[in-house]
Amino acid sequence: MNSILAIAAKITGFSIISFSRFITAVFANWDGVRPSRRRRIYFANHVSNGDFILLWTVLPPPIRKLTRPVAAADYWLTSKLKAFIGRNVFNAVLIDRNRDTRVLDPMEQMLEALDEGNSLIIFPEGQRNTTEQMLPFKPGIFHLAEKRPDVELVPVWIENLNRVLPKGEIIPIPFACSVTFGAPIHLQDGEDKQTFLKRAETCVLNLSPDAGNNHD
Amino acid sequence: MTEYQTNLLTLFGGLAVVLIIASTIGYMLARRQTGSEPNPVIENLNARINAWWVMIGVIGLAFIWGRPGVVILFGLLSFAALREFVSLTNTRRADHLVLAMVFYVVLPLQFYFIWIDWYGMFSIFIPVYAYLFMPILAVLRGETKNFLIRIAEVQWALMITVYCVSHVPALLSLDIPGYEGQNILLIAFLVLVVQSSDVLQYIWGKLAGKRKIAPKLSPSKTVEGFVGGVLSATLVGASLWWMTPFNFWQAGLLAFIIALLGFFGGLVMSAIKRDRGVKDWGQMIAGHGGFIDRLDSVIFSAPIFFHIVRYFWTV
Repeated sequence: MNSILAIAAKITGFSIISFSRFITAVFANWDGVRPSRRRRIYFANHVSNGDFILLWTVLPPPIRKLTRPVAAADYWLTSKLKAFIGRNVFNAVLIDRNRDTRVLDPMEQMLEALDEGNSLIIFPEGQRNTTEQMLPFKPGIFHLAEKRPDVELVPVWIENLNRVLPKGEIIPIPFACSVTFGAPIHLQDGEDKQTFLKRAETCVLNLSPDAGNNHD
Repeated sequence: MTEYQTNLLTLFGGLAVVLIIASTIGYMLARRQTGSEPNPVIENLNARINAWWVMIGVIGLAFIWGRPGVVILFGLLSFAALREFVSLTNTRRADHLVLAMVFYVVLPLQFYFIWIDWYGMFSIFIPVYAYLFMPILAVLRGETKNFLIRIAEVQWALMITVYCVSHVPALLSLDIPGYEGQNILLIAFLVLVVQSSDVLQYIWGKLAGKRKIAPKLSPSKTVEGFVGGVLSATLVGASLWWMTPFNFWQAGLLAFIIALLGFFGGLVMSAIKRDRGVKDWGQMIAGHGGFIDRLDSVIFSAPIFFHIVRYFWTV
């Protein structure tokens, strides 16, 4: 049973990757960092449910296997199919966003995943962003940086995906997308929470083409 | 072997020889380099040559498959080109349905009409039906901001990347007396002349280029490259007369027209890139840029080549 599930997960994963490549022709710009098996936390702008799929797609397969997206349990556990995709295909770290009812501490879950040798994909804006500006970062990334100072924090900018599948639409439209990886950052000595969060936010924003960082 | 098969084989054999020579030169240039930093011009040259191997291989496979292969190949190229074009436009959320129709209905239908050889439909489907129905769909969502710009951009995207590109496989539908079953070679003729014109302009420009022909549009295009490239591509075309329904002079004249249109097509597409502040249309083909960067000259020459041949050579 387990091996059937594993094979099904492989096939589903491959189909999802092929489909996202077909629609977006996604291109990776390894600008400030090279692909590596090192433990990393990729933190990116969040505009669409497909964000982490795109990021996941452009990672080289051996690294992809070690990289787990952090996603909302209240979204991914609502149906059997979603749970299969979330758990088996993406091997997501599913966290409960409801503070009152949750049994597991999200921070503990993420630290545990890191300590098992995985990298993480997180979206510090906390929710899908439908505005033009970036939303202020939630403090989770600061606590991760504080508790695991040796893990590289890699800023990532995902371009154009909001045009592929805007909130509320069901048909994805082909747009050329790109994923840009910036230089890793670390928490500096004595840096306080607000300063660090602001700096992390700027690092992501600086990778956007609007910031004059044009890759074409 | 039929004459057609012999011709096809001769053609691809010849291309393989040219590519082997190009790869050898590229390899020797790369080896002769001194200094630790790789020379970007030589790196780009080798990336381009390698991409040519792949492109010619793919086209060869499509040709062997025949009509379905050619229609599907150009349908996919058209899809990729449309994606590149639309990505640079001002479309907004309100255009979502319009774009869905363009990608998933208009494009497949256009190539379907070509597949079933329905000239009366594929020649007017986009300029008449899509032209009128797209703005109707767009207006239903009620977003008026930049309406004219958005509609015009989608129309342009469709005409350039779908309608014009579809005229390459459309060459298969031409009935030329005495040339039955060999129309794929017409496609080979068109593509070869256009692409050799691009390559020869590049080579002439690199070797002898001095005066810039359109400095605002393209920093690398020179008068010497243009004249040398178009004239030598005309010669290439004329020397390919044996695989076409044309005689030597006709093939030369058609090649001249194709190369000229290809050049100006490249300029028009450059103007759009400059307007949008990008260097290439995409990053899909190593060394070349995007699909439109490779297709731009085919786009402008295919429909006109199609109609000249249709007018003078078909029954």
